[in-house]
Amino acid sequence: MTLNRRTFLGTGVAAAATLSAPMVRAQGRPRVVVIGGGAGGATAARYIAKDSEGAIDVTLIEPSRTYFTCFFSNLYLGGFRTLESLAHTYAKLATDYGINVVHDWATGVDRDAKTVALAGGGSVPYDKLVISPGIDFVDGSVPGWDISAQGVMPHAYKAGTQTALLKAQIEAMPQGGVFVMVAPPNPYRCPPGPYERISMVAHYLKANNPTAKIIVADPKEQYSKQALFEEGWQKHYPGMVERLGPDFGGGNVSVDPGAMTVDIDGEVVKADAVNVIPAQKAGHICEVAGLTDGNWAPVDGHSMVSRLDPEIYILGDASAQGDMPKSGFSANSQAKVAAMAVRGALTGSRVFPAKFSNTCWSLIATDDGVKVGAAYEPTEEKIASVSSFVSQTGEDAAMRKATYEESLGWYSGITSDMFG
Amino acid sequence: MRALVAAVMIALAPAGAALAQDKAELIGDASRGEEAFRQCRGCHQVGPGAENRVGPHLNGIFGRRAGSIEGFDYSDGMDRAHADGMVWTIERLDAYLENPRALVSGTRMSFRGIKDAQERHDVMAYLRRYSASPRDIPESQPTAFRSEVDLPPEILAIVGDREYGEYLASECLTCHKRDGADDGIPSIVNWVEEDFVIAMHAYKRQIRPHPVMQMMAGRLSDEEIAALATYFATID
Repeated sequence: MTLNRRTFLGTGVAAAATLSAPMVRAQGRPRVVVIGGGAGGATAARYIAKDSEGAIDVTLIEPSRTYFTCFFSNLYLGGFRTLESLAHTYAKLATDYGINVVHDWATGVDRDAKTVALAGGGSVPYDKLVISPGIDFVDGSVPGWDISAQGVMPHAYKAGTQTALLKAQIEAMPQGGVFVMVAPPNPYRCPPGPYERISMVAHYLKANNPTAKIIVADPKEQYSKQALFEEGWQKHYPGMVERLGPDFGGGNVSVDPGAMTVDIDGEVVKADAVNVIPAQKAGHICEVAGLTDGNWAPVDGHSMVSRLDPEIYILGDASAQGDMPKSGFSANSQAKVAAMAVRGALTGSRVFPAKFSNTCWSLIATDDGVKVGAAYEPTEEKIASVSSFVSQTGEDAAMRKATYEESLGWYSGITSDMFG
Repeated sequence: MRALVAAVMIALAPAGAALAQDKAELIGDASRGEEAFRQCRGCHQVGPGAENRVGPHLNGIFGRRAGSIEGFDYSDGMDRAHADGMVWTIERLDAYLENPRALVSGTRMSFRGIKDAQERHDVMAYLRRYSASPRDIPESQPTAFRSEVDLPPEILAIVGDREYGEYLASECLTCHKRDGADDGIPSIVNWVEEDFVIAMHAYKRQIRPHPVMQMMAGRLSDEEIAALATYFATID
């Protein structure tokens, strides 16, 4: 068969893209494969495709056809967002940016042959590989809990089905019931996340189940935005939240999903809803590819390139980079540095010094938003923080409302930046 | 003094011209700092189980308000610093270690000070180990000195490097939408370049109040601000 223009245009769903996008498929273009379509991977794929203007062939491997953002999923638990408002597809990355979006699992990386194996069979070759798989959980970190128990005691730390399940369980709690969170040890995804979640669960319960109790078993002495959360809980949900830190056995916890009990330092609590957020590690593919040192994958902060393979870049939660928190904002920031480095290596485009930043907004109650952030720059050793800020306790209502509204603007901005 | 200023200007100029080839420098070397901390151990403990002795324990010193350890009997000078809201940042610790009395009049810390800047930085790097880690608690204090180049005002007339501006702009576009939408976060596209430059310098000098923008602008050189202004003035 001769491949004429008509048959080429008719061969697949990318037809529209070929017409509207300024790029034309060409032989011999350098190939970039991106594993993971979240804040790191989707951003990296989009920036590489966009800024190389068709000079680089970009393939994005992501099993989910619909992506639910983990950021803002607590607001769904609190009733401030619908689940649908957190859902995004990869259609524009295919149609507007010419990215080959493959909905499959990457199951292995052959670093010598430079190919990525797919669960559905076959493999994809790369010149440069970007891996941004997010987190997986450390086996056995909460005795009694494993992935088979997530239908009874959800983690809801990867958004979507799990988040919906946790919300349904909170809504089904009897009047005066008990909600228990098992908080994770450091380091983990989204440092303020568990405590924003507590705020949102309390917000729901205050309106619908005001005599319910919330218990947090926490292995950490201190946590992000602690003064702000504690002030907020006292103000909005007095008497509802009890946090047991390590001094009170919060680090010595096991669960029994069958009995719906949580054992906190020998004291057995009967619960109506239990949110277990286990200890975390880099997405499994990093370990399979031999790119981890301990639980995380070490990178050089000047470009996010793996310290173990110069052809592979690792972004976001999975990377061990230094001072940046594991957050969607961080992953998005790191993706832009990596995209620039990858383009520079493959097409000779200009490479500028890396700059990183992060801001995490949290909602404590209606119109009561707070934020924390920092700027970062790479050193030989790590990505180091160079300045920071945090909301102050006692801020007035107008400032808190503006902070919340700013977070809505950010959600809109970062999701456009990821998905086009 | 004049000669010193001239030397500093000359040292800074090539770095600025090379567009921030300079990188953040870690505070110092923690293992050397542990050695240097010996001169402090007679009075101060740090690390697991550290307690107050002649001086207060130093766990969590970064970001701690001065004179805030419960039950420790501070000098009147340190109590005043506490009342004034002084917080132990890198810069203040550096000044205090160099000459305690220069920062806090009447302090009981009878220590001549560490004159060598590198040694002070090493001690701070060692102490930083026992403060909260930014990765997990992002509001904690910096671990590095930012690379900062202040150029004379005439360089404000610099023509922006649009391609560099496009890269730098990727950081802005996480929040500010490229299509000019302004729900919750203002639009920054198609501003007059001069307005953009003036606004960014106002954030950089902390005349404008927004903390995220102060942080973002605070580490941009004059060339980088010009590059951003050019880029955002000329996008479609």
